[in-house]
Amino acid sequence: MSATGMASTHGIAWGRRLVIALPYLWLLLFFAAPFLIVAAISLGENTPDTVPPVTLTGSGKTYVQLFADALYPAAYLNSLRIAAIATLATLLIGYPMAYAIARAPAGWRGPLLMAVILPFWTSFLIRIYAWMGILSENGLLNQFLRGSGLVADPGTILGTEWAIYLGIAYAYLPFMVLPLYAVLEKLDVSLLEAAADLGARPWRAFLTVTLPLSLPGIVGGCLLVFIPAVGEFVIPDLLGGTETLMIGKVLWDEFFSNSDWPMASAVAMAMLVVLVIPIVLFQRARAREMARG
Amino acid sequence: MKHGFLSLATALTLALGAADGWCQGKVVNVYNWTDYIAEDAPKAFQQATGIKANYTTYDTNEILDAKLRTGRSGYDVVTPTMSPHFARQKTAGLFRPIDKALLKNYGNLDPEIMKALARYDPGNEHGVPWMWGTTGIGYNVEEVKKRMPDAPVDSLKLIFDPQTVAKFKDCGVMLLDSPTDVLPAALLYLGLDPDSKKPEDLEKAADVVRKVRPSIRKFTSAEMINALARGDICVAFSFSGDILQARDRGAKAKPQAVTVNYAIPKEGSQLWIDVMAIPKDSKNVEEAHRWIDYLLDPKVAAASSDAVGYANGNKAAVPLMKKEISEDPLIYPPEAVRAKLFTISPGDQEQTRLRTRLWTNIKTGR
Repeated sequence: MSATGMASTHGIAWGRRLVIALPYLWLLLFFAAPFLIVAAISLGENTPDTVPPVTLTGSGKTYVQLFADALYPAAYLNSLRIAAIATLATLLIGYPMAYAIARAPAGWRGPLLMAVILPFWTSFLIRIYAWMGILSENGLLNQFLRGSGLVADPGTILGTEWAIYLGIAYAYLPFMVLPLYAVLEKLDVSLLEAAADLGARPWRAFLTVTLPLSLPGIVGGCLLVFIPAVGEFVIPDLLGGTETLMIGKVLWDEFFSNSDWPMASAVAMAMLVVLVIPIVLFQRARAREMARG
Repeated sequence: MKHGFLSLATALTLALGAADGWCQGKVVNVYNWTDYIAEDAPKAFQQATGIKANYTTYDTNEILDAKLRTGRSGYDVVTPTMSPHFARQKTAGLFRPIDKALLKNYGNLDPEIMKALARYDPGNEHGVPWMWGTTGIGYNVEEVKKRMPDAPVDSLKLIFDPQTVAKFKDCGVMLLDSPTDVLPAALLYLGLDPDSKKPEDLEKAADVVRKVRPSIRKFTSAEMINALARGDICVAFSFSGDILQARDRGAKAKPQAVTVNYAIPKEGSQLWIDVMAIPKDSKNVEEAHRWIDYLLDPKVAAASSDAVGYANGNKAAVPLMKKEISEDPLIYPPEAVRAKLFTISPGDQEQTRLRTRLWTNIKTGR
């Protein structure tokens, strides 16, 4: 009797271990292994006449170059700045949307959320190309502005940093709206009623009740937009101008134009380090939230 | 009913034929530029030889380069541009020698193009030329005239003289996003050797581009055709083929046709040649030769030039082409213009790095 009991708990323990092992295996296979390969290449040396064009020497020369050359820090800082502005823009657009959806009648929320996600069913690249058609010199927007007589010479948005902000805000909007919605939807409306009873005007109630309570959603949404936006290559390349220096483009140049794999890998490693900081901050914020909650 | 039966029989035969080819496993994996052969060529090749052509395309040399350098690309025939890409890849030992005995149409090739190619591949051992062209200026005829009636459209002055190019800033100027195409042209504009690798010369060339930088809307390789054809820009420095495509598309543009023209700069122009080559690790070497030989057939080559509007490295194909291709002086330039075409050598790793860095600095205004 007790022997069978032992065996079954044993079986459960193994099953549990297997279930826990699966995500770790996944991480090992698709995060740790590629990461280590990239790290190894970044320490190698570029040898153009071999296949692949790398010799693993462990020299670390690439990292010296990464700091010695002003181009790389400039590109990182510029990427962080553009991603930060674009994330703020996405938040300012996404928050009212998420709020409106969360406060909409229950039957409407599903379709409204669907409408936010729906554009994702079209290829990302095609949607960005569509923006090129809208924002170009003779594009739809300018045709409308000229045709309606609103503005005679509207200038061109395509090729400016504004087009990049617009592209990022558009492409990443669902990543902002969904976490915000998840938080706002759970928000207890009676708290707002209590605030009103105590004499708070709606604006004050929002600032002192809703906003602090939705902070996890804000942080989550911002990180989901900010992190991919830093390394974004397609949007700046297609919508932005030539003078926009971003790290994604620098990486492309190292890998494809110079076919310098070690340098490209070092750039990627440094980008990871730059991005790990916000992730750690987020984790700590989450942990604090959990401890409090 | 009868008709139905017949087509069923045909379908069955075709299916069996296809299955047969599949069983023998005769395939050739071709990786080529987009819009670069007559559309029905892979199918016609299969009908003629029984070899299935898996035809896929790329749109930048860099993508092809990365795949070849990674190894085991799985391709049997690729078409890099002569310099710097083909030349560098050849030096890295990425290609196997061409077995000329297997190419019965080899004699059709244009000796002049072969000679230009031999500079990077002595004896033409690793590559067979496909299409070739020049690098020059595309412009919107009406808009340029409106801003500068006597614009020097056939001179590099149009893009490199700061005062001239500033006149077209408002309607848009684009240059190729490619240091190996723009810097040699800037060197030539300064009267220097376009193939110079001296850092001080390159710095001078970079200065030429820096001075016109404020007037340039974008450095790009992919957007030129559409932007010119739609009338979004006035002046572009790009490959002949791209601009000629923009010319054809612009003529059909709605609601209003856009007149685009191409000019080969009188100072000289960089000759580009795209080269068919067989990667070292190709598993279908014989089939690869069959494919190359098929494209060297004058009729096939002529049909491809007709379809895409590029000059061909195949001399025997020229008389078989449509006259509007073979007699277009912008596609097949006259002798005097051809004498001024130049090519550049790839340079070593340090020179490549310097060039790329200089280019990044120019583009970002640093």
